[in-house]
Amino acid sequence: MYQDRGNRGEKLSSVKSTAVQYGILMMMLALAAGLWRLQVLGASNFRELAQQNRIRKVPILAPRGKLFDRENRLIVDNYPSVSCFLVREQNKNIDADLPIIAQGLHLDLDQLKATLRHYRAAPGYQPIPIKQDVTADEQAFIEAHRNELPELESIEESRRLYPRDGFAAHLIGYVGEVSEEDLNQARYAAYQPGDVVGKAGVEETYDQLLRGEDGSRDVIVDSHGREVGILGTDHAKPGQDLRLTIDLDLQREAEIALGDNNGAVVVMDPRNGEILALVSHPSYDPNAFAVRIHKDEWNRLITDPRHPLMNKAIQDQLAPGSTFKIIMSAAGMQEGIAQNMHVNCAGGGDFYGRFFKCDHHHGMLDIHEAIPMSCDTFFYTMAQRLGIDTIAKYATSFGLSQRTGIDLPNEMTGLMPSTQWEMKNFHQKYYAGNTISVGIGQGETQVTPIQLLRALSGLASDGHFVRPHTVNPDQLPKDFHQAILDSFPGSGDKYVPINDDTWTTVTDGMAAATTPGLYHTAEGAHIDGVDFAGKTGTAQVVGGGDTHVKGGARTPNSWFVGMVPRRNPELSVVVLQEHGDWGSNSAKIAQAIVTVYVNKQRRQEHNVLQRAGDSKPVEVGAIWSEPAAPADPSHPADASDVLREGHFFVNPAHSAATILGKQASAASLFAELPLRRRERLP
Amino acid sequence: MRRFLSFRDFDWVLLLMVLALCVVSVAEIYSATLHTKYLGFDKKQVYWILGGLAAMLVFARIDYHKLIDWVPWAYGVCLVSLVAVKVVGVKVLGARRWIKIGPMHFQPSEWVKLILILMVARYFANLGGRSLSWKEIFKAFALVGVPMLLVLAQPDMGTALTYSPVLIAGLFLGGINWRQSLVLMTAGLVLVVGAWNSGKVLKPYQKARLTGFINPDNDPKGAGYQVLQAKIAVGAGGIWGKGAEKGTQTQGAFIPIPHADFIFAAFSEEHGFVGAIVVLLLYFFVLMRLIQNAQTAADLSGSLIIMGIVAVLTFQIMVNVGMVIGFMPVTGIPLPLMSYGGSSVLFTFLALGVAMNVRMRRFVN
Repeated sequence: MYQDRGNRGEKLSSVKSTAVQYGILMMMLALAAGLWRLQVLGASNFRELAQQNRIRKVPILAPRGKLFDRENRLIVDNYPSVSCFLVREQNKNIDADLPIIAQGLHLDLDQLKATLRHYRAAPGYQPIPIKQDVTADEQAFIEAHRNELPELESIEESRRLYPRDGFAAHLIGYVGEVSEEDLNQARYAAYQPGDVVGKAGVEETYDQLLRGEDGSRDVIVDSHGREVGILGTDHAKPGQDLRLTIDLDLQREAEIALGDNNGAVVVMDPRNGEILALVSHPSYDPNAFAVRIHKDEWNRLITDPRHPLMNKAIQDQLAPGSTFKIIMSAAGMQEGIAQNMHVNCAGGGDFYGRFFKCDHHHGMLDIHEAIPMSCDTFFYTMAQRLGIDTIAKYATSFGLSQRTGIDLPNEMTGLMPSTQWEMKNFHQKYYAGNTISVGIGQGETQVTPIQLLRALSGLASDGHFVRPHTVNPDQLPKDFHQAILDSFPGSGDKYVPINDDTWTTVTDGMAAATTPGLYHTAEGAHIDGVDFAGKTGTAQVVGGGDTHVKGGARTPNSWFVGMVPRRNPELSVVVLQEHGDWGSNSAKIAQAIVTVYVNKQRRQEHNVLQRAGDSKPVEVGAIWSEPAAPADPSHPADASDVLREGHFFVNPAHSAATILGKQASAASLFAELPLRRRERLP
Repeated sequence: MRRFLSFRDFDWVLLLMVLALCVVSVAEIYSATLHTKYLGFDKKQVYWILGGLAAMLVFARIDYHKLIDWVPWAYGVCLVSLVAVKVVGVKVLGARRWIKIGPMHFQPSEWVKLILILMVARYFANLGGRSLSWKEIFKAFALVGVPMLLVLAQPDMGTALTYSPVLIAGLFLGGINWRQSLVLMTAGLVLVVGAWNSGKVLKPYQKARLTGFINPDNDPKGAGYQVLQAKIAVGAGGIWGKGAEKGTQTQGAFIPIPHADFIFAAFSEEHGFVGAIVVLLLYFFVLMRLIQNAQTAADLSGSLIIMGIVAVLTFQIMVNVGMVIGFMPVTGIPLPLMSYGGSSVLFTFLALGVAMNVRMRRFVN
């Protein structure tokens, strides 16, 4: 037991207790100094660190505007797509999981490892994309292994869905991640790395409208990255839907008619410049670009000698061949020399000491016969009389050698030779003998299909040249439209006065060409009861290898420009087939397109689908595209299957192969998505 | 022999400062748990404090000499319960520290502190403050060392470490001379280094926690993470703080357990340098007041009891605040009177009760 306070006299040493007091004071001062260091000296630094810790900007991606055709049929849609990411910091021992992940997501293990190696230097919290368009069973795999594989994350995005088989691909374009070179340009100043932007076609030109504005959410996160609150939300502004001037029925017909031939078809309303169809072949699958195009696929596209990525309708610069004779005729008539010109064609003629040949012995003819027969001798003679500069003056005023200003990117200018041009580029006098070839659309002259279409349909429209466009300007903000108009001030809508007899001579000549008659070049393209006019062109190809093989490098390019009706046409078509041989081949393609157009107009006028008393609006166009109309036209909803066919045209030439191959998933996607139904613009 | 006791001798000044700290504590617990699953812990803390006050009044009335008489029994029960915890304790967060009796959980290792304080005071008071023989020193070591090792085995390194200041204070005030302390310090150093390197005494995570504070950036997600986040919180508070409930580190759960071990970080973020200094000053005055009480105690045992309490409180404040500002390793030692936790609150108030007890009897002879 305690010894009854035997220590009663003992006291605490005051020296020692004072020492303890000072010791405590010293320690307190040390702590205060530590606080001073952090809170006063380091405050701004730590405050910044705390900010970084806490607020995470989560982007809200704006859905990109959809594209519709002129009858509000959906062409380009968005679809929800789930992508899978790997977040390394969520699991320290990720390597052990890789085989399971590779198996569950149907990935190649080596490739997965390579992807990880590629991102080795990236910070651990950065998500590494490992798989796009995750399927339902793969998504189930991710869900089921949420605990075992915390590093797997899936994100739902909205992705672009294009028609398959490259339908209208050059017109629509595609989207992709903005490249580093793009970011250096002024027009991409507001874009961030990683942004998805339009890379071609309408997608590129109208990117600013289609993209909308991404929003963001300022999320407060806790130490585990979990959201604990939202500071504020900046809602995304969805992109603007655009109604194109395209008519899917005509586009589809144009694609079928051109078939597997390399070339381009453009269908335009010459009254206002609306493009009704635009085809360039060979095409590519824009869906392949929607994520990040596979290297092999890209290499294949850029090394293909047929240039699948080139929009031939606006970028292919070729000699116009005999289609140029319309411009020659107009020039000759305006100059007053064509009216009374009579030429005897003996299968060619001598000019500047050289024999220039013609396809036939046309005999004695005037301009009214020369146009439909496309007599070279006549136009050699006219070229000699006019001279290169007069020809160039008229050709240029009709829009050659300058961009049409179509609202698609990277249009080419073409080329119209003149003495000035010769001097500027070759520092020499123009050799007059070259004029003879220019007269029949050969020589240095180069045109794009769209230029030729605009020039010839402008002449048929009494000199009213229009600026082609694929999007109705009434949907565009004023300043945006103005910016497009200002982009090529020299071209665009323009009126070049021509004499009445010029107008009638040229148009009657083109109408005669498609009428049966001796030597009439496009008589095979005649359509009974339709005032179809046009001009063929068979343009020699200079250079190239194999000479005589049909479709080989030296087979002539085949042109046709047609319009209906002959004067003040409401529809004009240009067809270019590279190495397509005779222009009459292209005339047949134009004929098919025009036939479809005319038939559609007739049906619409007669309202075959709209019964009396049926107040429900019937969406004529979509049903119309399929000859086998539903049995009961009062239930147009039944036509949805038909409609899908109409939308997503399968090129019969190569559809089987592509559907069986890489396209299979995209094909099934269409089938599953109810989104593919027709939608009306609000 | 009835001794006259008056609450006029009760240390009201000390109580006032202690209550001020309690108010700060409850307010900060409220703020720090507002958006967590610990919501409502501020109220629980109030109940603990009220309970602590009651226990303090009870302990203030029991003559500390009686406590010193009884303490060997308590010491024995204590050792038994520590062994029991090792065998039947409830495992929380990987360590067995708690015994569950009915609806109550309690952590015997906290009570051991108070018992050790009394035990050490009794031991050295009996020796009468004269110079110590080596045998007496080793006895003191054994007295503290046995429960310390038992707690260390739970494993609860933090609490085990809080026992050491009791021994050090006892030895220092009990009469150890310079030569002896030099020898002991050398031996201790050798022992610590040996234990560290042997790898058997400390588990790897404990080692990592002990060294993590030196360079927290090395392992920002692991052991150093807590230190780093606490430092960011304190630093971000600046001079005036971000205001109650506005600390992003606190509210975003970047500070680990911001209502308990890291409450000082949460408080410093929300109330800044000024608030932190005010709290440190309160602690300083509390400690100074206690030492004053020890100096005026009626006998050596009373002085030694209070100095033991001062040693433990000082140690806890230093280690906890030091940890928060990156001077000390993360040891899981709560900040007395501030951190949430019933055991810690009760211990502190009981200890203060005993100190009051000593003060109230300073004129009794």
